[in-house]
Amino acid sequence: MPEIIHDSITDVIESSERHNSVADASADQTMVLNMGPQHPSTHGVLRMLLEIDGETVVSAAPDIGYLHTGIEKTCEAKFYQQVVPMTDRIDYLSPMSNNLCYCLAVEKLIELEIPERAQYLRVLLNELTRVQSHLVWLGTHAMDIGALTIFLYCFREREKILRIFENVSGQRMMGSYFRIGGLALEPPLDFYDQVKEFLDQMPDRIAEYENLLTGNPIWMNRLKGVGHLSAADAIALGVTGPPLRASGVDWDLRRDMPYSSYDKFEFKVPVSDACDVWARYMVRMEEMYESVKIARQALEGMPEGKITADAPKIILPEREKMKTEMEALIHHFKIVTEGFAVPAGQVFQAIESPRGEMGYYVVSDGTAKPYRVHMRNPSFATLQAVETMCKGRLLADVVAVIGSIDIVLGEIDR
Amino acid sequence: MTLPVLDDAILKETVWADDPALAAFEANLPAAIVAAKYDRAELTLTIERTQIIAAAKLIQSAGYNFLEDVTCVDWYPTGPRFQVTYHVLSHTLKRRLRLIVRLAESDATIDTITSVWPSANFYEREVFDLFGVNFTAHPNMRRIMMPEEWEGHPLRKDYPVEGYR
Repeated sequence: MPEIIHDSITDVIESSERHNSVADASADQTMVLNMGPQHPSTHGVLRMLLEIDGETVVSAAPDIGYLHTGIEKTCEAKFYQQVVPMTDRIDYLSPMSNNLCYCLAVEKLIELEIPERAQYLRVLLNELTRVQSHLVWLGTHAMDIGALTIFLYCFREREKILRIFENVSGQRMMGSYFRIGGLALEPPLDFYDQVKEFLDQMPDRIAEYENLLTGNPIWMNRLKGVGHLSAADAIALGVTGPPLRASGVDWDLRRDMPYSSYDKFEFKVPVSDACDVWARYMVRMEEMYESVKIARQALEGMPEGKITADAPKIILPEREKMKTEMEALIHHFKIVTEGFAVPAGQVFQAIESPRGEMGYYVVSDGTAKPYRVHMRNPSFATLQAVETMCKGRLLADVVAVIGSIDIVLGEIDR
Repeated sequence: MTLPVLDDAILKETVWADDPALAAFEANLPAAIVAAKYDRAELTLTIERTQIIAAAKLIQSAGYNFLEDVTCVDWYPTGPRFQVTYHVLSHTLKRRLRLIVRLAESDATIDTITSVWPSANFYEREVFDLFGVNFTAHPNMRRIMMPEEWEGHPLRKDYPVEGYR
């Protein structure tokens, strides 16, 4: 039996690959446990190398890259408008947030002004995306911990949001509904009633989930005091979004650096300084209530007007105009075959996605294809904090911690 | 004025006129900034390669507390080829600063800033993996996305989009 005693996590990985064996439990040694990549509680294809001493975690090293498809490279070979569908596929739980962030970045490069109605619709859809993403998080997180019922409740409401997305964009998940310069289509007439009906129901439904979980002693025992992450550690490790706010840092890009007219909405930013898995749960539950409020404000205050900016060389003309106007036909042909040139420069645009700060860094060299598109994804950074949160805790807590940071592997690997 | 950026008249009209990081650069580290550009309401400072740790520490103590992103741009065939880009956010000032460092292909090496922000760990590994830029003294300089035995660095401009056949 080879000796497996480790100094650093690098050694853990190397030796686990070299020996691929389990230490003798009686020999007072640590053991390397391979969790994943096909583990149901890793929410995708994440491999964790856990060094454990009995049931206590000594170190935890995430191993990623299983879903790497080179989206950043593919973007460089496409026209600016063709990148929008790529952004859908990065984070399959919040495609609209990715759409918005990319569109805002390119609009910043072109210095394009977006009509207020389009901005409000973007806000509305983004908040629905946030609720939808948090519902998947809550369902799977609870299922990891053993509360199976809640999953079905969450997916019942998620289905309604997906129906709204289908109604507005034609697709349930990868809608590609946003365009550089506005939105693809005017929403159908029954869209507003459908959203209103959903928003009227939703607060009661969130209360229902809380009824099932918040006071539940098993749930509390599994969550409280688990996965401690201090505010200083969270900032040092690049943690953003709900986990950062659950560590007591009062920071939300929607309020602090507003984009897409978020400054016109009133909402609270839930913060907790308990720093544990429980705090992350409470922050996200509160966020769902707030998202419903923002969506309602967007729906009720929806301004009249166009849904696209006045930029015929960037936005595809209306179908009807193409049949009657020569210029519209020319613009359509030019945009589809040649794209549109974007002035040279580089911008970084960040938004508050359901998982934290999502940033798009777009570099233009003045042509119709982006020179470089880089995504700063919240999950990628947050994953680095797993070791800090798990160290010294029990093996079963690793599952609770991974659930609580709400990672999506598609966005980590890109 | 020792800093080229502070001579910019447009900048004086903006929030950057009394930025603590720029003041700290001017007072303590004026030689670190090679060039500066203000464009689309974003400020980009080009930092001397050897000064990156000092510059990171300086802006961190000036209030830019959160490292958002480290990435790279390949300007092949023009030189210096690589542009390592750092985006740093300030929670108190509510603004973002971009630091860039240009590296030649023959010596694509730069000091790691993991000692200043531990979150740089994964980002720098990604840049190493996809661009082949080396970060000296990095705690775990191994590939992160691609398999260990992979040859080449996929995000370089001379690497075909469909990969080598």
